[in-house]
Amino acid sequence: MTEAAVDHLDPNWRNSHAEPESFEFDAESEAQIAKILARYPEAKKASAVIPLLYVVQKQMGRQTGSAWVPRIAMDKVGERLGMAPIRVLEVATFYFMFNTKPIGRFHLQVCGTTPCMLRGSDDVLRACKDAGHLKGYGDTSEDGLFTLSEVECLGACVNAPILQVDDDYYEDLDYDRTVQLIEALKRGERPKPGSTIGRQTSAPEGGPLTLLDVPGGE
Amino acid sequence: MSDVKLIKVTVDGKEVEVPLGATALQAAELAGAEIPRFCYHERLSIAGNCRMCLVEVEKAPKPVASCAFPVMDGMKIITDSPGVRNARRGVMEFLLINHPLDCPICDQGGECDLQDQAVAYGQDMSRYHEHKRSVTDKYFGPLIKPIMTRCIQCTRCVRFATEVAGVPELGAVGRGEALQITTYVEKALSTELSGNLIDICPVGALTSRPYAFVSRPWELAKTDSIDVLDATGTNIRVDSRGPDILRVLPRVHEDVNEEWMADRGRFSIDAVKKRRLDRPWVRQDGKLRPATWPEAFQAIATKLKGLPGDRIGAVVGGLSDAESIVALKDLMAALGSQNLDCREDGAALDASNRAFYLFNSSIAGIEQADALLVIGSNPRVEAPVINARIRKQVLNTHMPVAVIGAEVNLTYPVTHLGNGPDALRGVMDGAFGDVLRNAKRPMILLGRGALARPDGAAVLAAAWALAQSLNAVTAEWNGFNLLHTQGGQVAALDLGFLPGQEGKDLGAMLGGGVDALWLLGADELDPSLIAPGTFVIYQGHHGDRAAGRADVILPGSTYLEKDGTYASTEGRVQRGRRAVFAPGEAREDWRILRAASELLGHALPYDDLAAVRARLVAVNPSFARVDEVPAPAAISAKPAGDAAPLGSAPFTLAITNYWQADVFGRASEVMAECARAQAPTPAMAAE
Repeated sequence: MTEAAVDHLDPNWRNSHAEPESFEFDAESEAQIAKILARYPEAKKASAVIPLLYVVQKQMGRQTGSAWVPRIAMDKVGERLGMAPIRVLEVATFYFMFNTKPIGRFHLQVCGTTPCMLRGSDDVLRACKDAGHLKGYGDTSEDGLFTLSEVECLGACVNAPILQVDDDYYEDLDYDRTVQLIEALKRGERPKPGSTIGRQTSAPEGGPLTLLDVPGGE
Repeated sequence: MSDVKLIKVTVDGKEVEVPLGATALQAAELAGAEIPRFCYHERLSIAGNCRMCLVEVEKAPKPVASCAFPVMDGMKIITDSPGVRNARRGVMEFLLINHPLDCPICDQGGECDLQDQAVAYGQDMSRYHEHKRSVTDKYFGPLIKPIMTRCIQCTRCVRFATEVAGVPELGAVGRGEALQITTYVEKALSTELSGNLIDICPVGALTSRPYAFVSRPWELAKTDSIDVLDATGTNIRVDSRGPDILRVLPRVHEDVNEEWMADRGRFSIDAVKKRRLDRPWVRQDGKLRPATWPEAFQAIATKLKGLPGDRIGAVVGGLSDAESIVALKDLMAALGSQNLDCREDGAALDASNRAFYLFNSSIAGIEQADALLVIGSNPRVEAPVINARIRKQVLNTHMPVAVIGAEVNLTYPVTHLGNGPDALRGVMDGAFGDVLRNAKRPMILLGRGALARPDGAAVLAAAWALAQSLNAVTAEWNGFNLLHTQGGQVAALDLGFLPGQEGKDLGAMLGGGVDALWLLGADELDPSLIAPGTFVIYQGHHGDRAAGRADVILPGSTYLEKDGTYASTEGRVQRGRRAVFAPGEAREDWRILRAASELLGHALPYDDLAAVRARLVAVNPSFARVDEVPAPAAISAKPAGDAAPLGSAPFTLAITNYWQADVFGRASEVMAECARAQAPTPAMAAE
């Protein structure tokens, strides 16, 4: 079960965290919103609800270091799109990509689906817990740096196991490299996303094995 | 309808013709095949999420959800085959995985779709050994008791609230196993139609709070009747057990209430037992004392003897049945009095033509209208079911609606033209004037609040003139509509319970114009206005404001305790039936008047209900046409009154507190709780 799902079965999920008093879109968000709304006809602008919720989440991440969607911001999205507040809440709670309560600065999303699990996602999870001082899925570290979530298949099985940090994929991980990655995040660095063993996109490990004699190829 | 293309489909070997665009489920229904369903409801949009209505369609590889599957020409549908039954059994098993086995303590037991269909498609054991899902309870207000663990997520309630009631406050939050039906913030649903959620919920997730743990459906005696607490004429079924009325449910009447019902009619029935007058009272030495019927009649006879007819007056309230109104009218005529009035609010009504005071377009006719102008009315509280009909038309056809009067949320978009008669005077000059001019079937909806004011007659005349100028008073369409607020008001006008040639009206009677005043259920007038020396006979069912002022109290019956005839705001004459007997010594009102007439020496010439009803027809032939609405007719006459002296005071509404708008609402504890729950923020601060 995903973290968001557990979230709503908790009888106190609405009161389990402090909601901000107010929310206003900043200039950067407004620019994005203008672009997004231009994609939809005026009568169908409710279609923009998912992109707008992302804009909110991004802005919260920029402003507070915690990328989540507060209720008051959902109201703002509803106002913008002429939707009843409950309709926005339905969307925001349906997709676990929207965090409906505050999270850590880095959102560690471990894929535990079959290919990743076979390739060692348990080690990745253990590394996240050890290095990030996290108790388990759904937990946020005490220093407020990390939140750990389990996610379903991220669609990068060739380079399994995967850890998604916010929007970036880190691939081909093992325990040690995961710890190094988390330590780097703690230092404020953002290692280059992608394969951690130098694999070229999704090519075979260690470089291409076929089509080596193609003229003009390597 | 004639331009709809019909196509042929075969259901279980039987060929039926259905309109193009119909669903497989509708085709099966036409063919007489019963399809089980939970999420599908013919008056709501199609969701297709319960999967119970699976059928086989020839050449389709898998069973299809018939509720969302459009038919095509020559399609062959199989509704009952081993494959279909097996598929439905599978769906039922999934539905029951998380449904609690609490039927013995569930209020839906005995009338539960899930229970019924589990008999047909359920298994005798469960293969599910894991923990069942449980959901925290929600707060939906004083009327709805949600037990959301029982919810099967059909989303009928979400669709009803959004589409019919027009209050998008319910939603399905979360996903998968964690999906829950909830409100955005936990507060009472802000609709006057919330009771219908109980009816449409196929399981026991949304049940009636006042009816919780009260009874089982098979213990109830069911009586078909009419709701008179608003003027819609909602058809109801009264469920009673012994002397108690336990609940009221709507009956289907496509031309009136479809299958909806307003909350006050449904939930204020606890008032039938509260503050009732169950024995006669007589004022002696300034204090009311219990009395017997003969004593009460004697007190009246003593007072009325020797009084000239023009010093006697009578007022009927808006919940009275036609039988008692005609009996009181005949009694007053026998006593030589022309001082009659049925307009407790003082509305300037003109009864010289039935069309002047009816909802002439008819309720079903709303669905043919193409523009609506609301004047001094809030149909959402004055007739919630009619408002739902208007909303339906607005959603279906984007009918433009404009409002003159107080700005209220009618649940559909409106243009606000102004607050008072000034806006009415200038309506044809504005942008909405063009809308009305171009409309083929414009509607003007006039509230009683717009007539209950000094310039009421002018407002009526102006609204009628507007309808005529729009060419909306023809043999095809009458666009003039008066929205009454209570179910007995139209019958009183039909019977001409109005001042005669030299008669005094309500104001004159209250202000000392009469020495004896007979109030028949007149609970809406302010008794402090009655002149001190007036001898007041109050005949009614509740110890409300007027009863306290009475010198003699005659205990009558509520609409649930008598066979009565009522005319709705559209002029539809309907019969209510007695569900239970009135408490104590209370009697049916026309019988009280018949008995009183005997003692007063003017015995009325009818002894049974049939004779009273014959008299009704004699007074107004429309009482013979039960359950019919008058056909539109071209009328060149105009209501009395001149449109010129329109005032400028803003229109006020006939009903401001929906929950406590009548004697039932004021006596009901449930309604008091609703009024508290719906009150704006101060109540919250006090908590």
